[in-house]
This record gives sequence, structure tokens and C-alpha cells, in this order.
Amino acid sequence: MATVSEPIAERGGATRARYGSVSRSRRWALRWSYFFLVIFAIFFLLPPIYMLITSLKTSAEISAATNPWWVFAPTLENYIELLTTDHYLVFFRNSALVSVIVVTITMLISVPAAFALSRMKFWGSATLATGVFLTYLVPETLLFIPLFKIFAEVRNLTGIELLNNWWVLLILYPTLTVPFCTWIMIGYFASIPKELDEAALIDGATWMQTLTKIFIPVALPGLIAATIFAFTVSWAQFLYPLAFTTSTDQLVLPVGIVTTLIKGDVFNWGQIMTGALLGAAPPLIIYAFLMDYYIAGLTSGATKG
Amino acid sequence: MSDLTHPADHAVPRKSMRHYMQRKSTIAFLMTLPLIVLVALLVIYPAGYAVHLATLNKGMTKFVGFGNFEFLFGRETFWMVVKQSCVFAITAVIFKALIGFIVAHFVHNIPSKGQRKWRGMLLVPWVIPPAMSTLAWLWLFDPSYSAFNWILTSIGLEAVPWTGDADWARFSVILVNIWIGAPFFMIMYLAALKSVPDQLFEAALIDGANWWQRIWYITLPMMRNIIAITALFSLIVTFANFDIVRILTGGGPLDKTHMFATWAFLVGIESGDIPLGASVSLFMMPFLAIAAVFILRDIVKRGSEV
Repeated sequence: MATVSEPIAERGGATRARYGSVSRSRRWALRWSYFFLVIFAIFFLLPPIYMLITSLKTSAEISAATNPWWVFAPTLENYIELLTTDHYLVFFRNSALVSVIVVTITMLISVPAAFALSRMKFWGSATLATGVFLTYLVPETLLFIPLFKIFAEVRNLTGIELLNNWWVLLILYPTLTVPFCTWIMIGYFASIPKELDEAALIDGATWMQTLTKIFIPVALPGLIAATIFAFTVSWAQFLYPLAFTTSTDQLVLPVGIVTTLIKGDVFNWGQIMTGALLGAAPPLIIYAFLMDYYIAGLTSGATKG
Repeated sequence: MSDLTHPADHAVPRKSMRHYMQRKSTIAFLMTLPLIVLVALLVIYPAGYAVHLATLNKGMTKFVGFGNFEFLFGRETFWMVVKQSCVFAITAVIFKALIGFIVAHFVHNIPSKGQRKWRGMLLVPWVIPPAMSTLAWLWLFDPSYSAFNWILTSIGLEAVPWTGDADWARFSVILVNIWIGAPFFMIMYLAALKSVPDQLFEAALIDGANWWQRIWYITLPMMRNIIAITALFSLIVTFANFDIVRILTGGGPLDKTHMFATWAFLVGIESGDIPLGASVSLFMMPFLAIAAVFILRDIVKRGSEV
């Protein structure tokens, strides 16, 4: 008898203890979460922080045998030097021009296409939408060699020099941005209630008016997400400019930093890190202000459709 | 659509309706035309042209059939590139997925007030252009001034040849890949976690399920689709990656870190053998096609679920 009643009494006590342990284990789970989040945050933020540290150092301090993780004599020398040299500013201008124009081209192509594909069902529209998605999966590393040859052929045939001009990137980058932007815009447009455009059409609006007066304003968050995506992709692209442009005055930022600041085996790390940090600044600033749109764009690529 | 279901009604409006339908499809076609032209001229045509190029000799004057492929099959470097591309992509994606999953859980665990801040911080590696952040890693891995080695030597360990030794260089390439890609997984998984109803966890907690059971029986089944899509996406991107290897190791030491993209660039653009470079990059196709088929299947499945 005693052996039976004992566990019951114990169970009664354990229930009470378990209530306490649930909240206690939650508290511990929270502490552990913060602990590991700090560790992961250090891992994820280490390289950009180290870029900043190095960018504030003189070359003498960089090559000295002191603690590399600390700046003993902070200086803005690297920033001043970079921002007063012509070619860095040229890279920046090229990057900005290319990105802005590519974003414009992308939006002009992908928004009407996404509207037509999501709302105006026509022969082959479903296949085309799938095709757009598949195009997005084709990496640039598969296309750069044939495109290089095609552009060389175009020069031979027509005399138009496409290679080694910064604006050749305006033709190339849309292949990376348009499929994805069209794809996520199809998702955003498809989520707009049908009643909205039906009402507009009954009221006598043309398709173009339905797009500009209803769809674009309603799907504005999606449009912003797509714009951010197109901009960051254009800004970050490295392979196409490396393959298609060579003259210093035609380079965009990523390639410019890699090819001009690294001279032979001499690495001017202070300037490279400054250049890289300034080059990373525009996407980071956009991200800081429009984080929610940025994340919405990221997640909708795979979830909508 | 209703005009088609009532063919007997109003003969005159039907005619104008048909006219209208024709006009609608014409407008739709015109709206998609720029997209079609872009894809046809700059994606489909070059892809087909790559196949043609791959059958030519170096001077692109003579048809050599499968000559380039035979040549590649006979080269040890080619097989090394195949192996490395697969190993890099698979290892990196597994670790990205794991780290992304773990970090997403930690972010999900903390009070929602602070989640935004942490999420914002943890996504930074994905936002920085890969070429720029790889430069930072290159500097952290520098043979003589490596800041990591400074820490290692100051706690009494031996300095590591991060990019100098073949195995360490491979490790470094994978590490940078993980660093750039894991935040993306974190964001995707966090979004998926948010869509799992809290009641499920509460019910499981009351039933006495431990954390492992909760993950295995609730979280994973609920997130299966998004895990698959994200992993496949990342597999394609990592497999075809160029920036990281190009900047970090340049394929060295002794081609031990080359992937398809970097080797194709070296052969096709820098060494000027365009047909051989095209053949190298064409070998990515079957791998990518398999991943694409699975992604498409999952997306269609997802579409019909929702």
C-alpha cells in the first residue's frame, strides 16, 4: 500500500514542480537563445566590422605587428584618398548609372508582363509564367561565354563595339533581374482580388488604366520589393563586368576595386577595405531603411506562385 | 468567360465580345513581348549557341563534334572541378540549412519586440555584395597578416594556412559560402516558423513532448516544403557560384578549389579557348536541370496546397 501511495504523492508534488519547471525552462531557453544569437551575430558581423577597423588604419599600422582587431591611431586618410582619386569616383558613377537604368528597364519590362501573365489569360500564358521562373534559375555563369562570343560577332557584323563599354551591362543585367521581378510581381498581382479589376473594366477602364490606376498602387509594396531586388543584384554583379569590361574608366565598383586596388602582389588593404565598405554602403543603406520590403521580396520569391 | 457559356444569348454582343477577347489577348501579348524578346535573345539563344560553340575547335573554324568533351574527360583537372563543385555545393547547403534553421529558432524564441532588431543584424551578410564581403574574408585569411591567425597564435595555437593549403582553402571557400548564404535560410525558415500555429506547440507541450519531438513532429513536417525549395534554390546558386572562389583563392592552390564557373572563366575568357570554356559551363546544365525539376514540382505542390 505504501508503495502505491508514495508515487501518487510524488506525482502531486511533481505536477507543481513541473509548472515551475516549464516557466523556468522557458527562462533558460530564452537565456540560451540570447547567448547563441550573440555568438551568431558576432560570426555574421565580423567581416564587415573588420572592414571598418581596417579602413580606419594607416598602412604603417596595418603592417605593424600590433593587435589587428584594434585601431590605435584612427584616421580617415583612406577615405579621403579614395574619394579624391578619379577612378574610384568613376567606378561609383558607373555602378550608380548602371543600377538605376537597369532598375528602370526591369520595371518597364516586368510589371506589364507580370500583369498580363497574372490577369489576362491568353494562349500559352501559364507556360510562359513557368518559363519565366525557369529562366530565373539559369545562372549567369552558364551564359557569359556564349554572350561574350555573340557580342564579338555583333561587332564583326555591324561594327557596333559592345565589349568594354559600361553600357553593355545594361543589356546583360536585365537577364538576371527581369525573370525574378516578373515572378514576384505575378505573385503580388495574383493576390489582388478579381473584383477590383472587374469593377474597373466594367466602368470602362482600359487594361492599361487598370494596371496603372489600380494594380500598381495596390501592389506598391511588391513593386518596392522588386525594385530593391533589381538594384541590389545590379549593384553586386561581378562576373559580367569582369568578363565584358576591361578599361579602367568602364569598370563598375566590385570589379574596379578588385582589379585596380590590387596591383600585382601588392595589396593596399586599407584602401581595399575602404573601397569595399563604401561599395557595400548603398545596398546596406537601402536595407536599413526598407528592411521589411527587402525581406518581403526575399521570402515571396519562393512562396508565391 | 460568361459569353462562352451562353452561346445562344445575344448574337450581336457576342460578336463584339469576341472582338474584345481578341483585343485583350493582343494587348496581353504586346505587354509580354519585351519579356519574351529578352528571354529569347539573351537567355535561350545564348544557351543554344553554347551547345554549338562547344562543338568547335579552339579557333572556332572547324566542327569537332564531341572533341572538347572527350578532351575534358581525359583531364584530371576537369574531374577535380566536378568533384569540388558538388562537394562545395552540398556541404555548404547542408551547413547553411542547419545554421539557418538553428538561428531561426533562436530568433523565434525571443520576445517578438526584439526580433526585428536581431533579424536585421543577422541578415547583413546577405545584403553586402558578395564580391565586397569576400574581399574582407580574403583579408582576414591573409597569409602574413591574418587576423584569425593573430588570435590563434596569441592563445598558443598554430597559424592556419587559410588559402595556402588545398584542404584549408576548400574549407575557407565553404565557410565563406555558408557565411553569405545562412542568413537567407534563416529569413526563409523564420517566415515559415511564423506560419506554424502556436496552438500546435502548446498542445504538444501539454502532452509532454520534449523539444526534439516538437521539432521532429511539428516544425519539420510543417516546414518541409519551404525547406526543400530554399535548399534547392541555394544548391543552384552555390553550385554555379563564381564570386567567392574567384576572389578568395582564384581556383588555387593548384586548381584545388576551382568550380565550374571559375574554371570556365579561366579557360574560356582568360585563356581564350571559348569552345572549351563553353563546354565546361555546359556541364552545369544537367545538375541545374535536376534541381530545377524538383523546385518546380515543390512550387506547384505548394501552389495547390494554399
